[in-house]
Amino acid sequence: MRTGIVTEPLPAEVEEEIKSVGTKLEDVIRRRFSRSLTIRQVDAGSCNGCELEIHAINNPIYNCERFGIHFTASPRFADMLLVTGPVTRNMEIALRRTYISTPPPKLVVAVGDCGCNGGIFGESYASLGGIDKVIPVDVYIPGCPPTPVALLHGILKAVGNK
Amino acid sequence: MSVLVDALTPLLGPDVRYDVSQYPSSITSCIMLRGKFVEAAKAMKKVHALLVAEWAADETLFGRGFGIYACYRWGSEYLIIKTEAPLEEPIFPTLTEKFLPAYRFERQMKSLMGVIPVGHPDSRPWIKFEDWPEDAWPLRKSFNASKTMPRVAGEYKFVRAEGEGVYEIPVGPVHAGIIEPGHFRFQAVGEDILNLEERLGYVHKGIEKRFESLSWQEGSRLAGRVSGDTTVAHSLAYCMALESMTGCKVPERAQWLRALFLERERIANHLGDIGAVCNDAAFAFILYQMSRLKEIMLRTNYKLFGHRFMMDRIIPGGVSVDIDPDGKELILSELKKLLKEFNRLVAIYDENSSLEDRVRDTGILIPEKARELCVVGIVARGSGLNLDCRTQNPFPPYDRIGVNVPVLIYGDVNARVYVRIKEVRESIRIIREILETLPGGRISADCGIPAPDTSGFSAIEGWRGEIVYWLQSGPNGEINRCMVRDPSSVNWLGLEQAVLGNIVPDFPLCNKSFNQSYSGHDL
Repeated sequence: MRTGIVTEPLPAEVEEEIKSVGTKLEDVIRRRFSRSLTIRQVDAGSCNGCELEIHAINNPIYNCERFGIHFTASPRFADMLLVTGPVTRNMEIALRRTYISTPPPKLVVAVGDCGCNGGIFGESYASLGGIDKVIPVDVYIPGCPPTPVALLHGILKAVGNK
Repeated sequence: MSVLVDALTPLLGPDVRYDVSQYPSSITSCIMLRGKFVEAAKAMKKVHALLVAEWAADETLFGRGFGIYACYRWGSEYLIIKTEAPLEEPIFPTLTEKFLPAYRFERQMKSLMGVIPVGHPDSRPWIKFEDWPEDAWPLRKSFNASKTMPRVAGEYKFVRAEGEGVYEIPVGPVHAGIIEPGHFRFQAVGEDILNLEERLGYVHKGIEKRFESLSWQEGSRLAGRVSGDTTVAHSLAYCMALESMTGCKVPERAQWLRALFLERERIANHLGDIGAVCNDAAFAFILYQMSRLKEIMLRTNYKLFGHRFMMDRIIPGGVSVDIDPDGKELILSELKKLLKEFNRLVAIYDENSSLEDRVRDTGILIPEKARELCVVGIVARGSGLNLDCRTQNPFPPYDRIGVNVPVLIYGDVNARVYVRIKEVRESIRIIREILETLPGGRISADCGIPAPDTSGFSAIEGWRGEIVYWLQSGPNGEINRCMVRDPSSVNWLGLEQAVLGNIVPDFPLCNKSFNQSYSGHDL
C-alpha cells in the first residue's frame, strides 16, 4: 500500500499567520453561521490570478474547511459571494443574476485590485471596473492577487462586520 | 534551410515582396496583394506549415488601411504574410478552407476590427456578444474605448441537433467550481455527447485595446495579467517582442533568470493540473498532495522573488529581481525533496486502476486532428506533435542546456497528464542546470523605445504552450497594436473535437486535461 504525505506539522511561518486569523474565523463562524460559512466564488472577468489564490486557501497548508469555510457550486446555498474582477461588460448580466439567486442575508466580498476598482484594466467599453459598479460590496480585499492569508483576513472582516 | 520562404518563392512577382524594414531581427515577413493571400496559404499548406495566428491592424494613422496578417510556422521557422485592405473596402479572402484555426481568428477579426473574411462559413460574432452594437469595432482607431457601449437586442444561434431523444445541456458562464467563466452547449443523447459548442468571450476585458493607451514599460505589466496563471511567460513574450524592435541586448544573467522563472511557473501549474485532473475523476487525494507541493513552491517564490507567481519580475531589458547563493541552495534542496515526493505520487497515479479506467481512452484528440487544428503546447505533445519553442526557437540558456521534449501519440487525458509529469521532471533538471551555470553580471539593460512604424515578434513556450506576441509601433513611436495569441486561442478548438463520442460526465475530466485559459483567449 502506498501513501502520500500522511501528515506533517505546518511550516513555522504559516503556523504563525494562520493561528491568529484561523482561530478568530472559527470562532465567528461557529457563533454566527452555526459552524458553516458557505461561499460561492464568481469570476466576473478576472485574469485567473485571484482564482489561483482562492484555490490555495483550500490546499492542505491553509485548509480553510477546518475553520468551517466551504465553497459551494450554487449561489442558492451561499452565505457569501467572493467576486473577482474587473466586471466585464460580457459578465455583467451573469453577475447580477448570481447576486439575485443568492438568498438574503448575503455578503459580497470584492477580491483583488481589479475587483476593488478595475485595477490595470480600468474602465472601458469592455470593463465596467470594480465589483461595486454592479452589485453592493461589503468588504474589499486588495492585492494582485491577494495572498491566501490576506483572503482569510478579508473573509474574517466580512463575517465579523454584520 | 528555409522551407517556408522556399515554398513561397515561386509565387514571388512584382507585386509580392519581402519586408525587412519592419522586423529588425525577429522574423521574415512578406507583403502581397489580397488576391495572392489564399495562394500563399495554399503554398504553406503544401509544405505542412501550421497557422500560428491571423490578425488585423488598423494602420490608418500611417495613411494606410487595414493590415491583414497571417503567421505560419514550420519547425523553427516563422513567416508572416501581410496583405492590405483599404478603409473603404475592408475585406479579405478567408483562409478557412486551408487552415481550420482561421475559423475563429477571422470571426474575431471581423468582430473586433470590422474587417470581413469573404467566404467564411460562419457569420456569427466571436468574443463580441450579440448585444453589442453592430458597428462597435473596438480595435479600430476611430473607436472611443472609454465610452460605455449600449446594449442592443440580439440572439446567438447555437448549432442544434435534432432527432429522437436528443437534448441540450447549457453550462455556464458561471461554473460550479472556482474557475473562469465560459459557456458550453452540449447536444446529447443519453450520456453520449453528440456535439459540443463553446461560446467564449465572457472575460473580454479589452486588453488589446488597453495596450494602445499604455507606455511600452507599462505594457509588460498588462501582459503579465493577460492570463494570471501564465504571468511569467506572457510578460516574457511581450518583453522579447519589444526587445526585438529596439535591438536591446538582454544581459546573460537576466536570460538565465528568465528561464528559471519560466520553468518554475511550468512546474507549479503542472502540479496543480495533474491534481485537478485526478480530482475530477473523484480521486481527491492526488489533488491535495499535489497542491501541497505547489504551495511549497509558491511560498519559496515569495521568499526569494517577492511574489508568489513572480508577477512583474520580468521587465523590458531583463528582470527586476536577482538570486543570491542562499536562494540557489534553497531551490536546489527544495527540488530534491519535491522530486522524491512527486515520484511517489506518480507511482500512486500509475497503480490506481479505477483512475486508469477514467483517464485512458478518454477525450482522444487524434494526431491528424491535432495537426489540422494547429494546436500547440501540452495538447499538441499529447497528440504526437513535436512542438516546443524551447527547442525550436530557443533563447539562451535553452540553446545550451537543451530540452528533452516528451511527445506521446495517444492523445487521451492520460497522455496530456503524462506530458505534464515528464515535463515536471525535465523542468527540475533544467532548473538545476540553470543554477549550476548561472553567469554573473547585470540583470537588466536599458530597453529603449522602438522607432516609429516598426514591428516586433516573439514566440515563447509557456506552460500551456506557444505564446505569440506581435507588436507594432505607431507614427510617434507609441504602441499602435499589440496582438496576443495565447495557446488557448487554438487549443480550445481541440477540446470541442476531443469530447465527441465521450459521455457527458467525462467532460470535466477532458476539460481539465486541456485546462485552457479563458482570459488569455477572450483578452
